[in-house]
Amino acid sequence: MQKSFEKDNRPWLALIGNPNSGKTAIFNLLTGLHQKVSNYPGITIEQKRGNVKINNELSIDLLDLPGTYSLTPESLDERIVAEQVLQWIHGNDRPAAIISVVDASNLSRNLYLTSQLLDLDIPVIIALNMMDLVKKNNETINIKALRKQFEVAAVVPMSALEKKGIQQLKNVISIAINKGKQSNHTQLLTKETKIREYLQPIKELFTKKFGYSERLAWAQSLRVITRQSAMSLYENPHEPSLQFEPEFIKKLSLLRENAIAKLEESGFPHRTIEATLRYHWLDDLLTKSDIKSTKSISTITPSEKADRILTHRFFGPVIFVGILMFIFQSIFSWATLPMHLIDRGVGIVGEYLIASMAPGMFRELLVEGIVAGVGAILIFLPQILILVAFMSILEDLGYMSRVAFMMDKFMTRIGLHGRSVLPLMSGYACAIPGIMATRTIDSWKERLITILIIPLMSCSARLPVYVLMIGAFIPAIKVFGIFNLQGLTLVFMYFLGTGTAFVIARIFSKLIRSQSKSTFVMELPPYRIPLARSIFHQVYLRGKQFVFNAGKIIMAVSIVLWFMASFPKTVNETTDVNPIHSSFAGKIGHAIEPIIKPLGFDWKLGVGLVTSFAAREVIVSTLATLYNVEEGIGNVVSLTEALQNDRDPVTGGLVYSPLVALSLMVFFVFAAQCMATFAIVKNETNSWKWPLIMILYMTGLAYFGSLIVFQGGTLLGFGI
Amino acid sequence: MRSVGDMNSGEIGVISGFSDNMDLQSRLVEMGILPGVLIRVIKWAPWRGSVQLQVRDYHVSIRREDAENIYIKSILA
Repeated sequence: MQKSFEKDNRPWLALIGNPNSGKTAIFNLLTGLHQKVSNYPGITIEQKRGNVKINNELSIDLLDLPGTYSLTPESLDERIVAEQVLQWIHGNDRPAAIISVVDASNLSRNLYLTSQLLDLDIPVIIALNMMDLVKKNNETINIKALRKQFEVAAVVPMSALEKKGIQQLKNVISIAINKGKQSNHTQLLTKETKIREYLQPIKELFTKKFGYSERLAWAQSLRVITRQSAMSLYENPHEPSLQFEPEFIKKLSLLRENAIAKLEESGFPHRTIEATLRYHWLDDLLTKSDIKSTKSISTITPSEKADRILTHRFFGPVIFVGILMFIFQSIFSWATLPMHLIDRGVGIVGEYLIASMAPGMFRELLVEGIVAGVGAILIFLPQILILVAFMSILEDLGYMSRVAFMMDKFMTRIGLHGRSVLPLMSGYACAIPGIMATRTIDSWKERLITILIIPLMSCSARLPVYVLMIGAFIPAIKVFGIFNLQGLTLVFMYFLGTGTAFVIARIFSKLIRSQSKSTFVMELPPYRIPLARSIFHQVYLRGKQFVFNAGKIIMAVSIVLWFMASFPKTVNETTDVNPIHSSFAGKIGHAIEPIIKPLGFDWKLGVGLVTSFAAREVIVSTLATLYNVEEGIGNVVSLTEALQNDRDPVTGGLVYSPLVALSLMVFFVFAAQCMATFAIVKNETNSWKWPLIMILYMTGLAYFGSLIVFQGGTLLGFGI
Repeated sequence: MRSVGDMNSGEIGVISGFSDNMDLQSRLVEMGILPGVLIRVIKWAPWRGSVQLQVRDYHVSIRREDAENIYIKSILA
């Protein structure tokens, strides 16, 4: 794990909270868009850092840690938080204070984590979020009592939804930094003399070895007793600066075994002891000190009423499929106009440059390399943004977890997990965030299988290929009076990828062995109307990521391609042989033509397949460059027209037919063509084995899938 | 012994304990699902694969196998 904020000596704070506590919303409100997301490749941990201006004199850094229920890790996400905390305990890069984000409408469970944070000897500020909900439910929370009982630096009532409490939080931060006040709350173990007695040796070891404070030493002893996962933080820390001597580990585990045996003997189940003690303390405190008015458990919430339909055993799945259909149909119809405008705009710029510049190598590079490359990047943006917007809306709405709830049974049957649904659906936008999102699946086998099949979900990088081919070769006729054949073809491509993914998942689940059992505990947060600014924020971040990360690759490949397609320059005066045939690109394309001929692809597509191994969408810019080059300087032709009119120089027949287009799309549904995906799979699985397996199975599927489509289609007479 | 797996939609019970071999219990207790706490079954998912529960002030879903490992003292409603 990297050090957080070394470069300047600004104080920094950590933001910790339960999933769904609104932690990210508060982070966004505090930092605005001044944040950095550490991303692929090379970093498996998504850490968000931002800068917050507190007042004219003070500016701090803020670290947003993944949502967690406890400092005892269950999933990889939670392990990240636990490891950070262990580092702080050992004096590395400690935050000036911790902001513990608490969902006020779900107080006791959120305060469990807060109670663990209080033991760390770091000042804690409670950001009591979602006060709007508390008010709406006609409940009250006694802020003063809460602050007094918890002895925290401050409790700030807030509503990230209504943007309330941010200024107060900033004020409190500046006070906490100046004062550095630490809490000193009542020790959990005071009354439990028996447990104290059994834990004493471990506590002493911690104090002697690391100089832990009294309270921290008790808390850590309790934690390592309770869970093996807490013990393993000491046994195999990922952070190299935290290597503990084998002698110490041996002693610790010996003392641990001893204490566990004694606890079990006297009737304390050790695996639940920390939670039991803390919740007893917490529940006692909450009832006695009148912190919160109690709500009856039988109160039926509005979300519950909505769920009567949305997760209904029949209507639920139907609505889910309907929503998916709606999303894909709208992508196709809404993105058409902006894409057309971008296409025209790029064309106009190209023509302007041609008209205003002297002919030569530089103009060629500019028009056919750079302008074409920029055009190829921008043209996907409308679809990506629309898809990301839809996904963010469903996520923020709380619908995604309902989908996981409904689908878990089905997912388990094909060897996946209810939580696989979300990463798989993110895969429709981009495999990379989807693969990263699998960290919430706590069993390794299901997580691995999900990672391996996510790239089969048609990501937005395939859309340009589908759009180009469908737009050029699939007629826009109505089917059953309401559906557009083009839209249906697009939906078919998505279903083909998804359906195959499920079959492959089933196969992998038979092949991969695992000893750990799959678990599923998932919170269903209340439905909330998504915030426009939160959606914009996510759309902006993804769009930026695409333009700058994928864009870089596309741009580079675009220029390299222009070079490969233009050189070596041949002094060939015979006009019937196009110079591109003898270029580097042409040579590669011609070389692989025999292999791809049975799929219906000519050498130009061959060039495209080679270049698109960097990233799928590159094939479009490759074709654009190839066709521009072939037309020669003079005009930037529309790629669609160029494809439709391309004729075989020998036979004179059309190169493309709807069948070739279909074969190519099927190839793209299956093929492994994204370097960034392999990088992330290597990272997340920590081996080369799985990304290699992924390339092999996907390439095999692609080749044979296309072969079947083209050869089968030709036999059935769809060849022309 | 009755378990959450036996409960129908709308029923409220008091947790009495867990089956000994249940790995999930350490996570459930950390989320405040422990003996003595009230639990309400909101609904079973399609195909009865998982169940949506209310505990404390939140809704959570778990699988049927796990629901069957959470024992219930008494059913209130």
